[in-house]
Formats: sequence, C-alpha cells, structure tokens
Amino acid sequence: MTTLSKPMAPPSPLREFWSYFSANRGALIGLYYIIFLILLIIFADVISPYHPYEQYRQSFLMPPVWEAGGSWAHILGTDDVGRDMLSRLIHGARYSMLAGAMVVTLSLIIGIVLGVLAGFYRGTFEVVIMRIADVMLAVPSLLLAIAVVAVLGPSLLNAAMAIVVVSMPHYIRLARASTISEMSKDYVISSRVAGASSFRLMFVAVLPNCMAPLIVQATLGFSNAILDMAALGFVGLGAQPPIPEWGSMLADARQFVQSAWWVVTFPGVMILTTVLAFNLMGDGLRDALDPKLKQ
Amino acid sequence: MNKTLKLFMGAALATAISATAGAKTLVYCSEGSPEGFNPAFYTSGTTFDATSRQIFNRLVEFKPGTTELAPALAESWNISADGLVYTFKLRKGVSFHANKSFAPSRNFNADDVLFSFDRQRVKDHPFHTVSGGSYEYWDGMGMSDSVKSVKKIDDYTVEITLTAPNAPFIANLGMDFASIFSAEFANKMMAAGTPEKVDSMPVGTGPFSFVDYQKDSQIRYAAFDKYWAGRAKLDRLVFSITPDASVRYAKMKAGECHVMPYPAPADLAAMGKDKDINLMTQEGLNVGYLAFNTQKAPFDNKLVRQALSYAIDKQAILDAVFQGSGKIAKNPIPPTIWSYNDDVKDYGYNPAKAKELLAQAGLSAGFSTNVWAMPVQRPYNPNAKRMAELIQADWAKVGVTAEVVSYEWGEYLARSKNGEHDTVLLGWTGDNGDPDNFLYVLLSCDAVGGGNRAQFCNADFDSLLKDAQKTTDVAKRTDLYKKAQVVFKEEAPWVTIAHSVVYQPLSKNVVGYKIDPFGGHAFYGVDLK
Amino acid sequence: MIAFILKRLGMVIPTFIGITLLTFSLIHMIPGDPITVMAGERGVSAERRAELEALLGLDKPLYEQYFVYISNIAQGDFGKSLITREPVLDEFLTLFPATMELSLFAALFAIGLGLPLGIIAAVRRGSIFDHTVMSISLAGYSMPIFWWGLLLIILFSVTLGWTPVSGRISALYWVDTVTGFMLIDAWMSTEQGAFTSAVQHLILPSIVLGTIPLAVVARMTRSSMLEVLGEDFIRTARAKGLSPLRVIMKHALRNALIPVVTVIGLQVGILLSGAILTETIFAWPGIGRWLLESIHRRDYQVVQGGILIVATMIILINLLVDVLYGVINPRIRHSN
Repeated sequence: MTTLSKPMAPPSPLREFWSYFSANRGALIGLYYIIFLILLIIFADVISPYHPYEQYRQSFLMPPVWEAGGSWAHILGTDDVGRDMLSRLIHGARYSMLAGAMVVTLSLIIGIVLGVLAGFYRGTFEVVIMRIADVMLAVPSLLLAIAVVAVLGPSLLNAAMAIVVVSMPHYIRLARASTISEMSKDYVISSRVAGASSFRLMFVAVLPNCMAPLIVQATLGFSNAILDMAALGFVGLGAQPPIPEWGSMLADARQFVQSAWWVVTFPGVMILTTVLAFNLMGDGLRDALDPKLKQ
Repeated sequence: MNKTLKLFMGAALATAISATAGAKTLVYCSEGSPEGFNPAFYTSGTTFDATSRQIFNRLVEFKPGTTELAPALAESWNISADGLVYTFKLRKGVSFHANKSFAPSRNFNADDVLFSFDRQRVKDHPFHTVSGGSYEYWDGMGMSDSVKSVKKIDDYTVEITLTAPNAPFIANLGMDFASIFSAEFANKMMAAGTPEKVDSMPVGTGPFSFVDYQKDSQIRYAAFDKYWAGRAKLDRLVFSITPDASVRYAKMKAGECHVMPYPAPADLAAMGKDKDINLMTQEGLNVGYLAFNTQKAPFDNKLVRQALSYAIDKQAILDAVFQGSGKIAKNPIPPTIWSYNDDVKDYGYNPAKAKELLAQAGLSAGFSTNVWAMPVQRPYNPNAKRMAELIQADWAKVGVTAEVVSYEWGEYLARSKNGEHDTVLLGWTGDNGDPDNFLYVLLSCDAVGGGNRAQFCNADFDSLLKDAQKTTDVAKRTDLYKKAQVVFKEEAPWVTIAHSVVYQPLSKNVVGYKIDPFGGHAFYGVDLK
Repeated sequence: MIAFILKRLGMVIPTFIGITLLTFSLIHMIPGDPITVMAGERGVSAERRAELEALLGLDKPLYEQYFVYISNIAQGDFGKSLITREPVLDEFLTLFPATMELSLFAALFAIGLGLPLGIIAAVRRGSIFDHTVMSISLAGYSMPIFWWGLLLIILFSVTLGWTPVSGRISALYWVDTVTGFMLIDAWMSTEQGAFTSAVQHLILPSIVLGTIPLAVVARMTRSSMLEVLGEDFIRTARAKGLSPLRVIMKHALRNALIPVVTVIGLQVGILLSGAILTETIFAWPGIGRWLLESIHRRDYQVVQGGILIVATMIILINLLVDVLYGVINPRIRHSN
C-alpha cells in the first residue's frame, strides 16, 4: 500500500478510512459497479425495455443485435420463450442482490448474537454453539445448502434461507473470537468494575470494537451468497421460473450451450462481474480497516 | 505451450481412432445410470435399455420398430375360447450367457419361465424377497390379480391361466418386466449364498452378454456368440453415461459416441444440418396433457373445461417447448396406436369462443386457479415449467389468472393423485401398445385416486372401456375405443397437448438402427460401416 | 504433543455424533417419500406400500430408526441404497477414487501454478505482473465454476476439438478397474493410447475445479511471502550477501509456506463443494454427482450415509492439518 503522507492533526476515522479506501483503485471500481447495480435495481422497471415475463412469440431465441438475425428490438436477444434478455438480466439484479442482502443481514445478525453470547458467557453454552458450528462447517457448504433446500422445497426464499444456515457458522466463529479478544482488554474490565450490565457490555461496549472484521466478512459474504445462490439455481433448487434469477436462467439455458450462446453467456457474465465487484470492495475494506496492513 | 499441447492432442486423437480397429465397438451415450440390472424391479426406460433390451429375451417380443407382437422365446401360443388359458410352446436350442461364476449346463426351458414369473408372483418363492424384491411393474400392471396359475406341462410347454379374460394380457408379456432369467444360475447362486448376484450379474439369453459396470460411468457388453437368432454384428457395446443432453451432442460431434438418446430440442436444427449425423424421427408412443380436476369447481362444469381448451395456443407451446419435436395431440392416445380416431375434431385456439363459453358458464369475470408443472423432464413434456408459463399467459388473455405451482417429483405425483390441484400437467408413455394401457389406466373410474389425475368418471365412457377389455376381437375393440375418444373430447377432462416426436441422432456410419416406438434403445441388428 | 492430539480427537467425537443427528433429521424432514418416487407415474397400491415400508424400516418410530442407524454405523454398515440396493459404503468406495483423482489434479494445478505466481508477484510487488496476477486471481476467486466449465467446454471441446467433452476415458477403451484411479488403470492396461485418453479427459475438469483454489493459493502465497520478506532474518540474510534467489527460495519460501499449507488443507471442503458442480458438468462419476443425484432421487440411505462419510473425512483432514500445524509451529517460532 502506498502510504499517504498527510501529517498534522490525526484525521477523523471516517476520513482516514476513505483516504485508504479510495487509494485502492480496484475497490473503487467495485464500489462504482455496485452503485450502478443498485441504480439498476431501483429503476429496473423504467430502464428495461420490456417486462421480463412478456413472451414475444414471434421471436424465440433471437440472437443479440450484432449477430446475424438480431434486431434492435431485443438488444441482447431473447430466450427460448421469446423474453427479452436485457430486461431479464436487469430484473435479475434485483433477485441476486436482494437475496444477497437478505442472506448477509440474517446470517450476520444471528451469527453476531450467538457468537457474542458464546464469547461472553463461555462455558457449556459456548461449547454447544461451537460444536454445532463445527458440525455445519464439516459438511461441504453447497452439499448442506442443497440438503436444506431439499427439505424446504425449491424456491428463491428457501435457497436464501439455506445459504443463511450454511454461512452462519463463519460469523459465529468470527464474532466469538473478536469478543474473546476484546473481553481481555482494559476498557472492558474497567467498565465491568464500574458495574455496566452484561447486555450493555456486550452490545454497546464490546461489539462496536469487533465490527471491522465482521464488516469485511459481510462484504465477502455477499459475494459468496450470490455465488451460492446461483449454484443452487443451477442445480435446479433455487429460484423457480419465470423469476429471472441469473443462476436459474443459466440452468434453463444449459441445453442451448451449442445453439444459442447468448442465453448462456450473459447471465454468467452478470454473476461474475457482480461477485467480482463485491470481492474488490471487500478487499479494499479489509485493507482500509485492518490496522496491521496500514503500516 | 499451446503448440506442444496441440501436437499432443493431435497424436492422442490419432491413437484413439486406431484403437478401434480391432473390435467393432458401438458407443451409446446413455442419459443416466441404470438403477440396477434386474428389469423386473424398475420402471424406468434407462434401466430397461441397459438390461432387458440387450441382455434378455421374453416369451413374446415386439417386432423391432413396431408395436406388433412376434414370437421370441415362445415359438407359438394359443388362447382358449373363453380367453382364460394361454398355452406357450417354447423355443428349443436357446443358450444362456456364461460369466465368471457360471457356465450354463443346459439350454433354456420351462423351468426358467416358471422361475422368472413365480419369483414375482409367489410371495413365498425363495427369490421373492432377494435384493429387496419389489416388482413395480408386475404389481402396477395388476398381474398378481389377473394371473391365477403358471404351470409347466413339459420342458417346452407352459400354461398360464387367468382369473378373468383380459385382452391386453399377451402384450404385457412382451414388456420388460417379463424378461426370462436363468433358473439354473439362480439356484447355483442361492446354493453359494449369494442370491443377489442374479440381479447384479445378469444372465440372460439376449444378443449381448453383460461384461461389467463402472458405476455412473460405463456399462460394457460383448456380443453373445451363441445367440439363438444369430450373433450380433457388433463385437462390443458400450453405454457411456452422459446425463446432459448438450454434452451428449458435443460428444457425438467429437466422435466419442455413435448413438445418443433424447437430444435437446434446441439442438435439433443444428443436428439436421450436420452432415456427420443422421437424424431419424418417429412419433412417440406417448401423450402430454393438462388435466382439469373435474371434481373441483369450476372444472366440474364441462363448459369451463371446453373454454379453457379453446384458450390455449397449442401451436405456440409446440414451437417454444418442443421446438418441432412434437405434434399437437387431439386424442388421449397417440396416432401410432390402433383404434386412434382421426375423425375427432380438436378445440382450436379461439380466445373469443373461450370467453363466450366462460360467459355461458357464468364466469365472464374470470377466476383464479393454478397450473401444476412437473419438476422433471419427460419425453412427453421436455419442459413443463415453460409450458405452464405459456398456458398462464394464454389464460390471462381470457381473464383467468393462474399461478404456476411445482413440487418435488415424488410429492407432485402423490399430491396430484389426491386431487389437490386445480389443473395439472402430466403425461404417459405407453407400455405395450394397447389402447387400454392409456384409456383405462388414465381415465377410467377405477383409476380415480390413481392414474386418473382428472378425477374423471363418466358412465358412458367407462362402460365402453369395460366392454373392450372383455373381448379379444380387435375389430370390435377398435370400434369401442373410437367411440370412447369421441366422448372424451366432448367432456374435455384434459387438454391434450402433444405427442412428442422422437428424434434419434446417429453417427453416419451406424446402419440398421430402428427407432423403438416404446422409447427404448436396442442394438441387435445394428452395424457399423 | 500426545495430549494435544488426544484433546483434538476428543473434540471430534461430539462433532461426529452431531453430524449423524444432522443428516438423519435433515433426511427425515424432506417431504415426499421414496416409495412414491420409486413408483413414478404408475403409482403403488396401499398394500404394496406397507410392504415396502416394512422392508425399508420406514414404518418404525423415528427415534428407533435413528437408533438402528447409529448402531449399524458402529458396525461399519452405512445402509443400502434404496435404488440400486447396493451398500452405501461400497458405492462410496467405488466412486471415491474418481473424485480423489480429480481433486488431486485440481490441487496440483492450483498449487503448481499458484505458488510460483504468488512468489513472483510478491517479489515483484507493484509491477504489472503483480497487478495482472492479482486481478486474474480475484476474477478466478469470483468465478461461478459451473458457468466457467460450460464456457471451457464450448471453447476447447466443441469449437477447437482439443479436449474430450466429458467422462474419464474414451468409451472405446476397455480398461479394467483395478485401483479405481483411471490414470493408473489405463497405464496398466494393454490398450494402446488409453493412458493418453485418460489424461486428456482429466485436463478440463481439473482446471475448472482448480480455479478457485488456484486463486486462493496465489493470493495467500503472495501475502504470506510479502510478510516474510519484511522480516528481520531476511534482511540479515540479504545483508550477509546471499544471492536474492537463494534468499527467496531457501529462507523466505520455507517460512512463507506454512500458512499456505494450512489454507490448502482447509480447502478440502471447498474442493468437495466444487466437485458437486464440476462432476455434474463433466459427467464425472464421482461422489459429488452421486450425492446430488441421490438428493434428487430421495435416496435417503445414500444421502444420509454419504454426507456422513464425506463430513467425517473432512473432519479427519482438518484434524490432520491442525495437528501438523501444531507440530510445525513451535519450531518456526524458535527459528524467528
């Protein structure tokens, strides 16, 4: 990392964070791409040329505009029932991002609560929680997610729940480890002595100090959630048609691998770029938040 | 790096081709792993392709490429005047395969027939429970109820007595579950304490003998030199298990297989143009349909059923879902089956007429309902969810709001059997080429709560079917079934959607292949140029 | 040391029991019963259903089924597949070599390429090479591998015709299964060209499965290398006038590898997740595809037994990594 030479008075933490973050070009690109996606999501209904479910029965599998047989009517072509690819990709961003957001929020909250409690109370409670986390970590995550979806039934929501289940143990472990290390610090001991309530101690004093690694994990978790979501969609256990989730679009398109490359390629590109953007941003966040790397 | 890689690849491909020079090997890229190697246990075509159609024979068999019965292990048979007693004269000089733990000491005879049927029929037969013993087809076809006894008259005569006259019975014996096993091998394995080997190391009389199975990867067979109808022209037969249709096609293009089943509809156009591929086609023995739940309002009203039949644009479904690999269906039986009534007039696509009928039924404001879509791909319906989406869009145009519903396959079958649906997509592939196998199984009163997903029970229709079962006179039966199809169309318990057209891509150098109307894949008589 | 290992082993047992509970309860919560699935469109009579349920032990109360399950496992019996009626452990052992072979080569690809890339990137920190490697590895890390596999098939197998499309070996070769490792079996077989065919079949799947680990290894090697390069003893070595190559290869690399090895060890679970997708795309007859198909087919016994075996394997590997790390670590601290 290039050290910024800004001497004088120590800058505000947010300022400092931003100056580190914005020095990382990759992270900025990631951030801009994500902002772009968020705009797409908000204005999907306005921007997309057609409704994503509308079937144009005169044009099944029409290639994109620059290919022979393509037309400006459907810039990125149509799928096998004549739906506009571009509109479906734009709306697809909604499902992938919302699912990602839901997964991260839920697993973060549940993970933090369980992890902080485990780190705070130790003893049997901790052992039980950590053993359960171990059990879940021992099963390959995709396999476990598939099994959970098999129980709940295939749907977008259930696939998201399954990913919450499999990603939770990571947050539990992280939250517990940070809590334990914070607990031994002077300020905690002194507020204990001062008679702060356990709840206050846990969530007002300790937790904010453990947030940095959790935020990084959450950003990276976002990209994992999108990937896992797509993988579940790909094996037929994610979003169900006609929902234009990218992974299930790919699964439906698999039979066209040789005859209509565009229905296979575009959803994959969307997944890749979105995941990449989150990973870039996550890396940038980690560098900016991790004091050890700053030196 | 790239250059050396290319050279390396080139050299390897050259050796691949030279390796085939010795033995004539046909590679069939099959769509899945067989469930096991005893066809009597299972119901899937994948398993039958790997077992009964190569390794075994039956008393009677369908002539290759037709639904017509011909003698096989039984040289001839006759039926008593009351339709109850079937006497089979067995073929002489038929030998069984040998394998590592078995060398047959005698030829095929009546004991083998008795063993093969009694194992499935008699509950205290020593083999009845071996390998988990569930005989899905024997049970599903009601054989236990219809067969009273199986008797050996002499070494080459077997007599089967029925409980009631049952015209389709003889066709049932041509089905895969009625394959003949070696009783001698079974006894030997029982004595050795390994009776399950009968089901994992199959010994039959068929044109190919089983060599080995590498789980989920390959099945290998060798031509049986002493096959009673003459040795196969191929030396070796390999099933290379490739579940994905587009991958199978890619393998065909790369010369890695000679024959593949179930091409993806999307690839058909390209296959037709490919000069290395010979694309055969035939109408399949199946029907895909949308069944209305006729016991639930508003589908208990004939007018509503007719209206929604008018509202569906079947041509669009065929274009999008079948992409040319289907034909619009108007009857519940496919046109390749005898007694198909071509005079029946279908409900064409006519949204105006549909609205009119809905208004007559007092539903001009429309209503909401659901369409169940199967989660799996079937020959009669390559993509049920797509089909449901199209129907949903069509119905919306006449004011009917439909929600697409899907369950896991087992759940789907169970729930639709109970009649929990409003309308459900399903289909049927014929087992033995008899119309009874479609109409009675799928639409009779007896089948309500079973195969009859429309929960349809119409007295006129039912009595026609019952009469047809009681006679073996084909002309009389044809007449009855034709009438039944007219009643069916008027009542409209189903929207008959499509009969799939079976496409069979073959390598140009494969000769003598015949498409099996039952959807099977058999390689006796096939040769490589 | 022994106490440490014993303690770690002691922690494995409750985890193991937890997994049996997890798989058992998951499987029994799955809606739809296997008998209906087995019967398909044709259905099954009530009488036959009762018979089958008794046969499969599905008519007993749940806790009894669990008890039977556990006591069978204790005797090494993981149940029989409902579909093929073969013992689950046999099926696993038949298919495992295929997954093992694929994973080994994926790991080989990841390490063989990831280590040097990571090292060079660290040494030439900030160079174009460094930036390129890091960007590519981040892209690799973000790759939906099921899509990646399809793209590679389109390019290399369909368009260019360089590699075979799927499977482990061309079906034209009759190679007998001896070890289950296709390369070894093909090597020993008398068929001309079988070995080359087996190698060709392994290339694309290994690359696809190895992509994410490759990215992880390259990134990990780089950052761990950077850390070590900044340490005092490296500076000392340099000051002593040792050649840069010697410093890097001998002193820095050895120390930098420790966290990398740990990370590789912990990739086993990720490899297996990837194997499910890779094996599905390439029709590779391994345990990933086996488990996925069993879930689709509601083969209770295989899913239950299979997940248990896989999870146990992962626990044991993690344990091994843990112990190894514990063995190596103190010495490292000394040399610092």
